[in-house]
Amino acid sequence: MGLLIQYTLIFSAVLILVALGGMFSERSGIINLGLEGIMVFGAMAGAMVMVLLPDDASKFTIISLTLIAAAVAGMVSSLLIAVACINFNADQTLIGTALNMLATAAATVIVKAFNTARSNGTDFSAKLDYVKGHDAFMFTLGGIQLSWFIVVAALLLVIAIVMFYKTKFALRLRACGEHPQAAESVGISVYGMRYAGVIISGFLAGIGGIIYIAAANSTWHFDYGVAGAGFLSLAVMIFGQWKPERIAWSAILFAVFRSLSNVYMGIGVLQALPISGTVYNIMPYVISLLVLAFTSKNSRAPKAEGIPYDKGQR
Amino acid sequence: MEEKTSLFKKSGFQTLIASVLCAILGILLGFIILFFMNPGHAAEGMFAILRNFFKYANNKTNLLYYLGSTLVKSVPVVLCAEAILFAYKTGLFNIGCAGQYTVGIIASLYTGIALEWNWFLCILAAIAAGALWGCICGFFKAYCNVNEVIAGIMLNWIALYICNIILGNKKVMNTTKSETYNVSKNSLLPTFLSNLFGNNTYVTIAVPLTIIVAIVILWVLNKTTFGYELKATGHSKDAAKYAGMNAKRNIILSLVISGAIAGLAAGLYYLTGIEHYKIASSVPGMGFSGIAVAFLGGLHPIGAIFAGLFVEYITLGGQYLNTNYYNPQVADLMIAIIIYLCGFVLFFKTIMNKPTNKLGLKPGEDQANKDAADKTAHKKEV
Repeated sequence: MGLLIQYTLIFSAVLILVALGGMFSERSGIINLGLEGIMVFGAMAGAMVMVLLPDDASKFTIISLTLIAAAVAGMVSSLLIAVACINFNADQTLIGTALNMLATAAATVIVKAFNTARSNGTDFSAKLDYVKGHDAFMFTLGGIQLSWFIVVAALLLVIAIVMFYKTKFALRLRACGEHPQAAESVGISVYGMRYAGVIISGFLAGIGGIIYIAAANSTWHFDYGVAGAGFLSLAVMIFGQWKPERIAWSAILFAVFRSLSNVYMGIGVLQALPISGTVYNIMPYVISLLVLAFTSKNSRAPKAEGIPYDKGQR
Repeated sequence: MEEKTSLFKKSGFQTLIASVLCAILGILLGFIILFFMNPGHAAEGMFAILRNFFKYANNKTNLLYYLGSTLVKSVPVVLCAEAILFAYKTGLFNIGCAGQYTVGIIASLYTGIALEWNWFLCILAAIAAGALWGCICGFFKAYCNVNEVIAGIMLNWIALYICNIILGNKKVMNTTKSETYNVSKNSLLPTFLSNLFGNNTYVTIAVPLTIIVAIVILWVLNKTTFGYELKATGHSKDAAKYAGMNAKRNIILSLVISGAIAGLAAGLYYLTGIEHYKIASSVPGMGFSGIAVAFLGGLHPIGAIFAGLFVEYITLGGQYLNTNYYNPQVADLMIAIIIYLCGFVLFFKTIMNKPTNKLGLKPGEDQANKDAADKTAHKKEV
């Protein structure tokens, strides 16, 4: 049972952060289908830092540098979306898909080249080992092994909720996603706001990426990317109706099912049931599809999302 | 407007130029990446990718054999691109193509290995499976207002896990090698001109069928009332409804046809026996490469054939790289860059329109028309 809670916390941390990222981007009017790719970049940068840091680095240095690297990598890669979709009016779905492919290919190439160079041409794998870094994030509280990642995620969630409802900035951001021409008419820079939205999503998804690969594992094969976590977060975001607190609840729901597929072997009752682990894997997707079917009639999606901003349009 | 337009002003020609530009830029960037990874061997590496199977230029049988393999391997990606562009022309972004392709794999391999059906029935099963998966997506879109991109993504993963359960069955899966058994003899597709391609038995009727499918799509979209209705529904659901079309039926039909093509793609690939299915932890990339190919081909059914051949040529070219210096995924990276650049096609086009307008006879009028056309293109609902 302890394991179930542990996995649920980790998965919800990932889903909350990445879904919040998606939310900020969509609220500003840009559909960020490249979350998956941004996560891969964030994960790779974070893992690289953990591998490269010297053995005697303190826990604090490891934690802060890893998070910073992941966040920066996420923000930089999100610029690829921002530039194409905001300045060049590119098709947002296409660019998102391209970024996902780009990220997996780039991460594989970079990690393989890194391994080859480090091992003098004996290791061609796309795998990174970061046991030391993984351990630095661990602490125990009341008998349950927890990770600093979860604390970081909880903090960011609180910040996001406050920011989303209480600041002028977020109000302006949301205006740009609903009716950019009206926002521009009262002096808000639509391009600026959309850049801000996409970069925030890069920041959050980058951190989400490193949590996904490092909180429960101490090695990662980069040829798998992040195995659909980014897409799952998009579902969480829609399920959460583009609102931070609802996103948090739906992320936890998704995370429970996701963890069940990982740990059901250890739970006597579930193991006795004649259900294969794959079924638990399918569950989140089936549930979200059904829930979407019942809730999408009055969807609260930002009105202007997916439409390139055109100043002259009425 | 009855005005003679120069070649450069024709939209089709501009798309062609833009796509070629994307490809060239992508290759250039690929070269730069190779250069950063290992400056000494960059030129050699790029040459290996581009020369590809022409390495065997002095041995005609080998050359034709590998040419045949490239053709066979580009069949699924071209068909996936056709599926995506068909849906795109009708206003739907069928990202669920990957899932429809996956259920196509399930149907064709299960009927081909466990049930040993005739190849024709296997193909039909694959088409039906893909169509069913497209139908589910279309149903959610039409009746529940679920965005087809999100529904498609969910269905992709559901398809993948179902695939792993069904094809993980002992009847189909060789558990020691963790890949599927060979396709049974009477389920293999009949060969087509295989002695022309150095006795490459993988060259089957799949190759000509792909070209036929592309032509049929071109015809349906541009020359039939049915195609017109689908396109009209994509442009504006409400206007189509007002004009007396059954908008919901049209949305579902678009996705059913798109899914059927994706299913066909899987059948025509796996029933050649060129590749065995392995249990995977992520959705087959074919559907996503299809998006790339569709856009690189300028969203034109015939353009997609050439784009598909090009993409497959580069991807396979990665295997000719010297693994001491580079890894084959560099080719995937190049493809991803090319797709990313495809997003800028609209921008390339506006640039191309500018100089001709300055030299042209009446500047203002023409540009206004173009802008209006571009704007309607933007307004599609995502």
